[in-house]
Amino acid sequence: MASNEEILAGLAEIVNEETGLATEAVELDKSFTEDLDIDSISMMTIVVNAEEKFGVRIPDEEVKNLKTVGDAVNFISNAQA
Amino acid sequence: MARKVVITGLGATTPIGGDVPTMWKNALKGVSGAHTLEDEWVAKYDLPVHFAARCSTPALEVLSRVEAKRMDPSTQFGVIAAREAWADSSITEIDHDRLAVAFATGIGGVWTLLDAWDTLREKGPRRVLPMTVPMLMPNGVAAAVSLDLGARAGAHTPVSACASGTEAMHLGLDLIRSGKADVVVCGGAEAAIHPMPLAAFSSMQALSRRNDDPEHASRPYDRDRDGFVMGEGAGALVLEAEEHAIARGARIYAELAGTSVTADAYHITAPDPEGLGATRALKAAMFDGRIQAEDVVHVNAHATSTPVGDKPEYTALRAALGAHVDNVAVSATKSQMGHLLGASGAVEAVLTVLAVYERQAPLTINLENQDPEIPLDVVTSARTLPAGDIVALSNSFGFGGHNAVIAIRNV
Repeated sequence: MASNEEILAGLAEIVNEETGLATEAVELDKSFTEDLDIDSISMMTIVVNAEEKFGVRIPDEEVKNLKTVGDAVNFISNAQA
Repeated sequence: MARKVVITGLGATTPIGGDVPTMWKNALKGVSGAHTLEDEWVAKYDLPVHFAARCSTPALEVLSRVEAKRMDPSTQFGVIAAREAWADSSITEIDHDRLAVAFATGIGGVWTLLDAWDTLREKGPRRVLPMTVPMLMPNGVAAAVSLDLGARAGAHTPVSACASGTEAMHLGLDLIRSGKADVVVCGGAEAAIHPMPLAAFSSMQALSRRNDDPEHASRPYDRDRDGFVMGEGAGALVLEAEEHAIARGARIYAELAGTSVTADAYHITAPDPEGLGATRALKAAMFDGRIQAEDVVHVNAHATSTPVGDKPEYTALRAALGAHVDNVAVSATKSQMGHLLGASGAVEAVLTVLAVYERQAPLTINLENQDPEIPLDVVTSARTLPAGDIVALSNSFGFGGHNAVIAIRNV
């Protein structure tokens, strides 16, 4: 089980790999679309990479609810529990 | 009177140079870009051909990692060449609604397509990247160049196998002459050094098998030629309405005087043995540019080094230029960089423009015993082109019976 800090750090690495954004820019209250300028195609790539990294499944219909980085961290954390 | 179209920017990334200055220096020196492939898949699949001509500068040395991730390798090469051509044109202000793109490919995103297929089979559909379709589509390179430069007058993708790059020039000329655009970024890109295309071209006996001596494998017009050498890369040219170029005080390399496209309607892969389609293309490009045979001083030949392909081109040149063909300096630059398929016409257009601008013909290497049935004046050592008004032609022919010719005139 990864802690929320570990999930955030792992997500930040995935976002950096996909978009080139600095890992420090990936904070819990940041919106993927508004703040990080991540489009839907990049978002799907991030979701699939997060599934592999954290061993969880994020259904397609759930992705639209992951508005902020914090939403994603919480979802992954609950899915791992 | 049709609008005159001139060339004001050049870009390239090729097996003999990652930019135009390096490529040109090597083209005049005579070097080979063909080398043994070190990839594990050559042995894994026991490929009959062990070598190819890779780009001398990897795309990842030029593009950022994140930028490159969203592009097929063919698009990466195309964007690199287009950016160089655009910078070379020194265009700073432009009406983006009057800027178009005509960027060709022969095969398109073959790496992306086959990587995605491998991923599907090994890891399942969830792991197939969401960018797969825009990366594999053949218009991906034209679209990427259009996005990069903000070209909004249309982004076109001529696809005619190994004639594609030259057909892009034909389309670009039409777009400007017809008033649909003032500036067109033309080019071609290809990245097909993948085991599947190597196996497929090899199956049809099109590739040289000189595995023990890759540097001497591409030998157009030589008695002992045994096939082409797969190359990769891209070429790009900025075409501009003459009045547009003059108004901004641009450096003008040359005029794109005439172009043509014909089809053999003879056989899906074999060239018409009498070169009839190629002859019609040569004559049509000369007619289009109001060019007499005597004006032509240089030809950048298609000359891929296949046993069956090189001779019909000679037959066509003699039919179109008559006895004057004996006075024409012919360069077979695929001897140096291999065959860049859909990019070859664009790269050879860059070389032909520079030949007219610099009055130097690029070299043909590996010609040791010239085929007696092809008695052309082949440029094998430094050759200066004559002073005064001159024209150079560049030919490209593709599977499907496609023939495309461009004519470049000095300004």
